[in-house]
Amino acid sequence: MLELKQISKVFYEGTPDERKALNGVDLTLKDGDFVTVIGSNGAGKSTLLNIIAGVLFPDFGSVSVNNKEVTFVPEYKRSKLIGRVFQDPMAGTAPNMTIEENLALALGRSNKRSLFRGVNAKRREEFQELLASIDIGLEDRLNTKVGLLSGGERQALSLLMATFTKPSILLLDEHTAALDPARAELITNITKDLVKKHQLTTLMVTHQMDQAINLGNRLFMMDSGQIIFEAQDKEKEKLTVDGLIEEFQKIRGKQFASDRTVLTS
Amino acid sequence: MVSALYGAFESGLIYAIMALGVYLSFRVLDFPDLTVDGSFVTGGAVTAIMIINGGDPFLATITGAIVGFLAGCVTGLLHTMGNINPLLSGILMMTALYSVNLRIMGQPNIPLLNQSTIFTEVRAWWQNLRMDEWLMKPFSALGIEGFAPRTFLVIISMILIVVMIKLITDWLLKTEAGLALRATGDNPRMVKSLSANTKMYIVFGLGISNGLVALSGALIAQFNGFSDVNLGIGMIIVGLASVIIGESLFGKKSIARATLAVILGAIVYRMIIALALRLDFVDASDMKLITAIIVILALVSPAWINKFKENRKRYSNRRKLMQHEKGAN
Repeated sequence: MLELKQISKVFYEGTPDERKALNGVDLTLKDGDFVTVIGSNGAGKSTLLNIIAGVLFPDFGSVSVNNKEVTFVPEYKRSKLIGRVFQDPMAGTAPNMTIEENLALALGRSNKRSLFRGVNAKRREEFQELLASIDIGLEDRLNTKVGLLSGGERQALSLLMATFTKPSILLLDEHTAALDPARAELITNITKDLVKKHQLTTLMVTHQMDQAINLGNRLFMMDSGQIIFEAQDKEKEKLTVDGLIEEFQKIRGKQFASDRTVLTS
Repeated sequence: MVSALYGAFESGLIYAIMALGVYLSFRVLDFPDLTVDGSFVTGGAVTAIMIINGGDPFLATITGAIVGFLAGCVTGLLHTMGNINPLLSGILMMTALYSVNLRIMGQPNIPLLNQSTIFTEVRAWWQNLRMDEWLMKPFSALGIEGFAPRTFLVIISMILIVVMIKLITDWLLKTEAGLALRATGDNPRMVKSLSANTKMYIVFGLGISNGLVALSGALIAQFNGFSDVNLGIGMIIVGLASVIIGESLFGKKSIARATLAVILGAIVYRMIIALALRLDFVDASDMKLITAIIVILALVSPAWINKFKENRKRYSNRRKLMQHEKGAN
């Protein structure tokens, strides 16, 4: 379970560049929720993820995971509970280490890292099974350095590394944005399978409206640091891309108008 | 000539421990750590002062390594807690250690002649074994006694120590903590998201690296028979030269291969220096210049060789194309 209360974050406070990235965001994710978040650039999606992950600390408000407050817990401690996949396929894996070593690293997330061998025969077998489950042919390449894999393969591996230790929260940061359409679809399908298999509570940021509509049971739309629209279950199933754009314009239009009156008066 | 090469081989083995330390910081942690210039002397200084005060040479050597470990940790703390740039934190530590080393020794140079060192301690035991006689036999059988070293003591004992350290390093880098240490140098952002404290790994990694460097310094002081405060100047370049020469000559495909390459690189480096010093126009004081030139060549030549190969390929492709067009006309 993830709970955010009144989260606010301002960048460059007190300078002409001051920007309110988040403005009093409240949200609660129940166990097993799969939330997609859409919004234009600068809407505050990435800041939101960074605050949940502990890369940034909020100016105001609190973050709690499984009813434990973690607002100011540093990233490396918090990531025991939180799995994460980045937009950049290079970011989620160590290029000069082999596939099995990367998986062993991910295993260290939940247990304390020891002075025992990271990759032993038993683990190698488990890793092989794990890789076979996503079915992209990585199971025979355990000793390949990850730097030699393609972007799609690396992203699939990052996804596996972020999920197989069953974290309490899974954060996906536009993780298909850097891939070609075919690879993006493959990764989307793997995401769907893995989330379902491990029953993960997931927050996924995306730019693609159809992806946001097709995945998950809840949808948030963000703009200027606030969640401006939310749809759940049946309501969400009825959503279409056109409907979403209309909804967006309806809300945006109103704000636009009110901005105008302020400016002209 | 022959004894000079054996000398180079012996000191190369001892310097290999330092090179392994440099490999850990430079390659594994991707942290250009200049502390080495100071911590190398620190190891020798601590050991020398303990030995001339009647300490056990084995204990003195280990203490030297531990003090080096602490110096490395301080560099790591400067970088992680103080947010000081890696190069600068190393330079700061190196500068500070120069004074610390002088304080430890109390004078710029401590001679260790006629003191009991690790090598004199082992020698008694070695002579009882009569290993030298055995090892000498193949040389005398072939009638090339002139090509044999005076004693195999240093060579054999150092090979044992270096191989042991290599195996420990290999094992360490394969453990769960070791994987996190390597990933800290490879992709720090990812390691943090996998719940590893990169700061701790940097501090410990630099500690181990400088511990090895100080151990090497402690052994060199006992091998040379003195500890000198200026012995560390340019040591980081020597370490770097060993790492680069080793990797380019012997490969770096796996961890075990890379550590072996670094050890062999350190020996090759000493041999090159020993041979260079035999040239008439080269003076002992030119050693640092030669080292710098070796490192520059080792860094630059692979790119040049690649470019040359590529140009040749392009030229031959073009010539083929031209011949093909001629034939078509």
